[in-house]
Amino acid sequence: MIRPKPNDRLIRLSLLTVALTAITVLAVITIFIFEQGLPVMVKYGLKNFLFGQDWYPSEKSFGLLPMIVGSLLVTLGALLIGVPLGLASAIFLTEFSSRRLSRLLKPVFELLAGIPSVVYGFLGLMFLVPFIRENLGGPGLSVLAASIILGIMILPTIISISIDSIRAVPDSYREGSIALGATKWQTVRMVVLPAARSGLVAGIILGMGRAIGETMAVIMVAGNAADLPASWLAPVRTLTSNIALEMAYASGEHRQALFATGVVLFVIIMILNFLANLAARKQSGR
Amino acid sequence: MKTKFRLKPRAEQKVVRFFLYFLTSVAILVLVFILVVILKNGLPQLSLEFLTKNPAHMGKEGGIFSTIVATIYLTFIALLVATPLGVGTAIYLTEYTFEGKVTRIIRFGAECLAGIPSIIFGLFGFILFVTKLKFGWSILSGGLTLAFMVLPTIIRTSEEAIKSVPAAYRLVSYSLGSTRWQTVTRVVLPSAAPGIVTGVILSIGRSIGETAAVIFTAGSALRLPSSIFSSARTMSVHFYILAREGISMSKAYGTAAVLVIAILLINIVTYYLMSKYISRTSPE
Repeated sequence: MIRPKPNDRLIRLSLLTVALTAITVLAVITIFIFEQGLPVMVKYGLKNFLFGQDWYPSEKSFGLLPMIVGSLLVTLGALLIGVPLGLASAIFLTEFSSRRLSRLLKPVFELLAGIPSVVYGFLGLMFLVPFIRENLGGPGLSVLAASIILGIMILPTIISISIDSIRAVPDSYREGSIALGATKWQTVRMVVLPAARSGLVAGIILGMGRAIGETMAVIMVAGNAADLPASWLAPVRTLTSNIALEMAYASGEHRQALFATGVVLFVIIMILNFLANLAARKQSGR
Repeated sequence: MKTKFRLKPRAEQKVVRFFLYFLTSVAILVLVFILVVILKNGLPQLSLEFLTKNPAHMGKEGGIFSTIVATIYLTFIALLVATPLGVGTAIYLTEYTFEGKVTRIIRFGAECLAGIPSIIFGLFGFILFVTKLKFGWSILSGGLTLAFMVLPTIIRTSEEAIKSVPAAYRLVSYSLGSTRWQTVTRVVLPSAAPGIVTGVILSIGRSIGETAAVIFTAGSALRLPSSIFSSARTMSVHFYILAREGISMSKAYGTAAVLVIAILLINIVTYYLMSKYISRTSPE
């Protein structure tokens, strides 16, 4: 072992300081969002904020229920679209395709992850929204449009984490199953997927976090009316859009109410992070 | 057998294989569609003039030069701040400490930060940099906000890269009498460099594409930025405003094409570096 020299201790200390940046920033973000958002929540009552249905900032009515429901609805929709496509692609690429094909396709999906969210929103606005309006009715700007765009956007997250956790299942499991006479698909369904379950769940939860947190793409296709949506074809406003749409001109309590929207969003995301972490740890523990 | 109607295992496998094939094709077609539409509509808009002229009439006319400059400035500041912080964190986690409470706290911070939506970063940057520190809507405020946003990516990729440097390298260095710092700077970091660069390039891609965090911290002024305290509009923000306010769809497509081509190039370079790096560090 090397004996630490005085200068080694100094370096260690400065590196520790640097390493604490991330947690410090996290703490500062938390403090700022709560400092700005909490007072107005307390003043008008937490219950009115979370369950109030009317968002009229000019009349000091700050009900966030339509936005909370909106965020949850588009996220649910995104999962309905993104999870089957994502899991199927991951299973196909790891278990059923040739090595060459999967080597060719994996970077293609990673590329999808790099495309800026505004580009997804724009294409949604140009193609998906008119398509929904003409074929299904309604204004086109809708829960459905936002769900589809978000579903596509979370695909790469779900695919890449699913691929990693399926690959982490030891080959001996598969060999054991095949040796017992199971088909490839029986092996996947009864052995591989259950063994990879925690990782798959973590991927889905992270995708969910991405869907809830997405802003610009959703603003462009969701219609943004601050009412409880009556159907999948009705316009909807999410928590993120609520902040982004009004931040530019809000002031005073209105601005604080937008930070309060941030508080709600922040708490939801933290719970999701915690769950994803728990699921991921379960898999690595085994 | 539980159900009456059940396919034989082999037939079931055929059906499943078909479904998986179909769903994977759908996912791939979506990507191809996005790329084709953007490039088909955007490429005709591109010209030397489009890239070198400033926007005029709110972006209805002219090019996107000032937004390219703003994007480069902002990304540069973000990486200038985030790279030393991220790599330093990774060095500390891998070379200077043992797994314990402190490393758990640091990792927890980085993981949570990675999950925070960009709009929250926007709010944070707005309060801290724009109002409390009085940087105003500026390239500096935007760059610093982005720096904290990409920090987790740089920490994670650097950590992986440093971890994959074989322990034998360190032992040889120590046996030659080098200190820990000498070992880190002369042996570990050079061999981990390609992996670290990959993380930095990924972060560049993320900074270029970011909109929500930037619009509330860097603002959306269209003129060419003169210093880091000028408000500026990045390509993504410009694209968002053009499309959302319906200013000019053709200019929007042009801007989107530049964005997508930049991201494509970045991804290809990253992929190339990564595959080169993996083949070099793999055991055989």
